[in-house]
Amino acid sequence: MAVQSITIQETPLVVYLLRRADDSLILGHRLSEWCGHAPMLEEDMALANMGLDLIGQARELYSYAAAVEGAGKTEDHFAYLRDVRQYKNLLLVEQPNGDFAQTILRQFFYSAFADPYWRAMMGSKDATLAAIAAKSEKESAYHLRHSSEWVMRLGDGTEESHRRAQAAIDNLWAFTGELFYRDEDDAGLIAGGVVIDPETVREGWLSTVREVISAATLKLPDNDWMQKGGRIGHHSEHLGHLLSELQHLQRSFPGATW
Amino acid sequence: MTSLSAIDDLKKRAWDAAAAVVDPEIPVLTIADLGVLRDVSVNDGRVDVAITPTYLGCPAMNMITLEIELALERAGIAGATVRTVLSPAWTTDWMTEDGRRKLRDYGIAPPQPGGGRRALFGEQKVACPQCGSTDTEVLSEFGSTSCKSLWRCRACREPFDYFKCH
Repeated sequence: MAVQSITIQETPLVVYLLRRADDSLILGHRLSEWCGHAPMLEEDMALANMGLDLIGQARELYSYAAAVEGAGKTEDHFAYLRDVRQYKNLLLVEQPNGDFAQTILRQFFYSAFADPYWRAMMGSKDATLAAIAAKSEKESAYHLRHSSEWVMRLGDGTEESHRRAQAAIDNLWAFTGELFYRDEDDAGLIAGGVVIDPETVREGWLSTVREVISAATLKLPDNDWMQKGGRIGHHSEHLGHLLSELQHLQRSFPGATW
Repeated sequence: MTSLSAIDDLKKRAWDAAAAVVDPEIPVLTIADLGVLRDVSVNDGRVDVAITPTYLGCPAMNMITLEIELALERAGIAGATVRTVLSPAWTTDWMTEDGRRKLRDYGIAPPQPGGGRRALFGEQKVACPQCGSTDTEVLSEFGSTSCKSLWRCRACREPFDYFKCH
């Protein structure tokens, strides 16, 4: 019989850490799905490398969440023993890989946010968070550069690559508003200088997005309706499928190691 | 009561043992060359080693931790602890001159101090470790390990790894 999901003492800081850790884990897992399937060998390595960076970031954030909660959990409890509704990642990062253009645009929208976000978080009054941010910021800069270059190559490439890149933008755009989500849990942390208000990086994000999308001869949709829900556990159907694969081993054989 | 000189001696022996551990993915470099070894201290007669990851997801960290524990045991130092510190964040600027030379001799272009990582589409000049030409081009920002990118020399036509600035 499968093991039970864990329960968590959800203080604002624990919720904050899980939200960011879940973003990194789920996007990292999505990238790992490309391993052995990328369009070329160099890209196979690039996607796996970025996935590795993101899962590394998730591990630090989960471990810190475990320490803050103080209930004797480890990073693995958070990753393997929470159900869909307990996950708090952005809807953007759980979207399926689709074709290569979908994967690249998803990465681009996320990295254009993560790069300035973690850079600003280096000033956090929480020393552990500031240290994790300083590592993540360096890694995110590479992810942003790599995905930006691909967006331009796809958009300004062939008719077919342009069409697919534009379709990816149109498909993913509605999930980008959630990048700037904040609620009452965050308000106290923001006031205390523990975390930054994500709204403060919106302008930088939009300017990077506009610059790259326009250089790629692509267009942002006029539609400004934004979908949200991931931050409070309301996910698209895709996350459950992803978790069933990610968690299968620990759910079926609790505590298995190798 | 342990004398001060005995503590210093233990600390030095522990540092020397730990400093000789090599990176499992780039075996010409020691963790001291890389700047991964941050500190060795002695508290109540117990040795505590602090290391810092190059990249957060670097899979070599577990291996390095194990290798340090083994190296210390071989040096007759039992019960040491190895912990990972994140701050200040590791930078390639910590790589020693000796380490840079060893990398180049091994066929990997060493990181350039203060390199232009920040520019979104920045141009970098990286010298080919084989022939020294700077007429080179990047093939992929991501190479065989987290810390390297893949390049090609237009002069001698050889592909090579570049240890990325970080």
